Amino acid sequence: MRAETRSRRRWHIAIFLAPAVLVYTALMILPLFGTLKLSLYQQVDQQQVFVGLDNFRTLFGDPNWSESFWRALRNNTWFFFIHMAVQNPIGIAIAAMLSVPALRFKGFYRTAIFIPTILSFVIVGFAWKLILSPLWGIAPDLLKMVGLRHLFHPWLGKEEYALTTIALISVWQFVGIPMMLIYAALLSIPDEILEAGEIDGITGMKAFWKIKLPLILPSIGIISILTFVGNFNAFDLVYTMEGAMAAPNFSTEVMGTFLFRTFFGHQTQPGDPNMGATIAMMMFFIILTGVVIYLFLIQTRMRRYQF
Amino acid sequence: MKNTRLVGLLLATTMFGGTAAWAQTTLTIESWRNDDLSIWQDKIIPAFEASHPDIKVVFAPTAPAQYNSALNAKLEAGTAGDLITCRPFDGSLALFQAGHLADLTDMDVLDNFGPVAKSGWSTDDGSATYCIPMASVIHGFIYNADAFEELGLSVPTTTDEFYALLDKIKEDGSYIPMAMGTADEWEAATMGYANIGTKYWKGEEGRKAVIAGTMKLTEDGWVTAYEELAKWGPYLGDGYEAQSYPDSQNLFTLGRAAIYPAGSWEISGFNAQADFAMGAFPPPVVPGGECYISDHVDIAMGMNAASPNAEAAKTFLEWVGSPEFATLYSNALPGFFSLSNAEVTLEDPLAQQMVDWRKSCHSSIRPFSQILSRGTPNLNTEYWVTSANVIRGTMTPMEASQHMQDALDSWYKPAQ
Repeated sequence: MRAETRSRRRWHIAIFLAPAVLVYTALMILPLFGTLKLSLYQQVDQQQVFVGLDNFRTLFGDPNWSESFWRALRNNTWFFFIHMAVQNPIGIAIAAMLSVPALRFKGFYRTAIFIPTILSFVIVGFAWKLILSPLWGIAPDLLKMVGLRHLFHPWLGKEEYALTTIALISVWQFVGIPMMLIYAALLSIPDEILEAGEIDGITGMKAFWKIKLPLILPSIGIISILTFVGNFNAFDLVYTMEGAMAAPNFSTEVMGTFLFRTFFGHQTQPGDPNMGATIAMMMFFIILTGVVIYLFLIQTRMRRYQF
Repeated sequence: MKNTRLVGLLLATTMFGGTAAWAQTTLTIESWRNDDLSIWQDKIIPAFEASHPDIKVVFAPTAPAQYNSALNAKLEAGTAGDLITCRPFDGSLALFQAGHLADLTDMDVLDNFGPVAKSGWSTDDGSATYCIPMASVIHGFIYNADAFEELGLSVPTTTDEFYALLDKIKEDGSYIPMAMGTADEWEAATMGYANIGTKYWKGEEGRKAVIAGTMKLTEDGWVTAYEELAKWGPYLGDGYEAQSYPDSQNLFTLGRAAIYPAGSWEISGFNAQADFAMGAFPPPVVPGGECYISDHVDIAMGMNAASPNAEAAKTFLEWVGSPEFATLYSNALPGFFSLSNAEVTLEDPLAQQMVDWRKSCHSSIRPFSQILSRGTPNLNTEYWVTSANVIRGTMTPMEASQHMQDALDSWYKPAQ
C-alpha cells in the first residue's frame, strides 16, 4: 500500500518537472552545448572540421585576437567596478532613506527611481546620446547656464571618458534594482530587533551600520552577483550608443560587442561563428567562475549572519 | 466597390493564371537598400513589368547592417530570393565560391561594362563574372553655395586654396567650416581618407602596388594622406568627437556648416532637406598635381544559383545591364552613377556635376576593398579606426600607417 503511493508520488514529480526541464533543456542546455561544439570546430573549404582547442589557442596566442580579448575583458572589469562602486552604494543609500518612517512621498520616489529600469536600452541610449550631444544636447546648455561650459566635453567621443560615461548611464538606468531589493530586505527586518537595539542605546546611523547592514548583507551579495552577471553580459547599451565598432578606437569594447562583431561579422568583415562561439564560451567560463566563487566562498560564510 | 473589384481580379488570376498561355513568374530581389524601396516599387519595377508582363518582381530589402549575415543565412537555408543585390568584392566573391551565385560570364549584356566596373564582381583573375554592375558612388565635397556667396568665397582647386578657404570660414565664425564627426568612424575613412587620399597614392597605381607587394602602406603617398587628414580636426564643429553621421547630415542641411565631405549618395537626401543652393567640387589637388577621385563600385545584381526561376531572373538581369535601366536608375537615384558604358544624361545638376569629374579626373576604387580586406584584421575596418584616430589626434600619421602595414603583414603574403 505504502509502496504504491510512493511510486505514484514519484510519477507526479516527473510530470510536474517535465515542462520546465524540457523547455530549459531545449532553450538553454542544448544551445550551450551547441556553442561549445561550434567553438571546437573550424570552417575549412565549406566544411566544419574538428580542431580541438585550436580556436582557444588562436584567441589567446595570436596577438590580433588576444589584444582584443584582453581589452574587452579589461573594459568589462572597469564597467563592473563602476557599477559596484557607484550603483550599489547609491542603491543601498536610497533604500535606507526610503525606509525612514518619517519620509513623505515614498511611493513617488520609489517609482521615479525605478522607472528607468523598465525602459528599453534603445530608448535610454538614444535619450542620453541626445542629452550629451555637443550639437543639440541640453547638457552643454545646462552647464553654460551655471557658467561651467568649459567643463563640457564630447564625453561619448573621447577615448578616456566614453566607457565611464556609458557605465554611469547604465548605473542611472539600473540603480532601481538594488534599491528595490535592499528596500525589501530592510522592511523585513523585525522591529523587535531594532527596538532591542534602541534599549541598548543604538539609534540612528549607528543602528544602520550595526544592525541593519549586517542583516541585509545576503541581499547585497545577491545584488553583487546579479550586477556581475549583468555587466559581463553587457552589450545593448554600448551597441546603441557607440555602435558595433565600440567607438572611439574600441575604447568602449566589452565582451558582448567583441562577440557580436566576430560572430555576425561587420560591414566587409565576414562573420566567423567558430571564433564567435569561442569568445562566447570564454564569457560563459568567466561568469561561471565568478558565480562559483560567490556561491562557495561568499554565500556559505554569509549564512552565519543569518538567524 | 474597389475591394470587390480587387477580389474579383485576384480570383480571376488564380483561376486563369494557371491555364493562361503566359504563366506569371514572381521574382524576389534581396537588397540592403531599404531606403530605395519606394523608388523600386514606383519607378523601376513598373518600367520592367510594362515590357515583361509575364514576370512579376518583388523588391524585398533587409536593413543594411544585417544584410550580409541575413543573406548568408537565407542562402544556406535555401529561402533566399531569386535575385541577389551584390556587395562589391569579397562579400559576393565568397558567395560565388560557395556556389550561391550563378556564373554570368556568358551574358552578352556584360559587354556594356568596362573592366573597372566588372572588377568588383569578378574572380581575382577576372575569368568569371557573377553580378551585373549597377552603380558606383563618387566622393568629393558638397558645399553650401549661398554661404559661399555670402562670405565671398570661391571654389578651391588646390589643397592650399582649400585650407585657406577653411581658415577664412573659421575666422568669420558664422558657419562651421566642415560638417563631419568621428563618432561613427567610417565617415573619417571613406569621406576623409579615401576621398582626399586617392591623389597621394595615385589611385589605382598605388592601390595595385600594395596588392602586388611592391609598395608599403608606410610609404609616402599613404602617410601623406593621413598627414592631410590630421589637419581636419580644428575645422570640424565643436565636439565633433561625439558627432554622428546623421548629426553631420543635419548640420549641413540646416545650413550651419559650409562644406560637407560627401559621398554622392547624399544627393537625393540633401535635395529634399536643404533649402539653399548647393554645389560640389572634387578633392582639391596638390598644387601642380593631377586630379584623382574615389569612384567606388558599390552595387550590382546577381542570380541565386538555386533559383527555380532562372530564365526569368536572367531576363531581368539582361534588362539591368541595358542602357534603359542605366538611365532610369541613375535618374531615380541621383548619386548612384551607372557603371554602364552607355551615355546617360542626368537631370539632377549636382549629380551631373559629380559624374562629370570622371572626364577630368582619374577614377579609383576605395583602397582596401579588393583583396586587402580578406583576412583578420580586416584592413577596411582598420582604416576606419586609424582615420578617426588621426583626425582626433590620438594617433600620428606615421603611427596610423605603421598600424595598417602591421595589420596587413600579419596575414597577407603578396604573390610575387
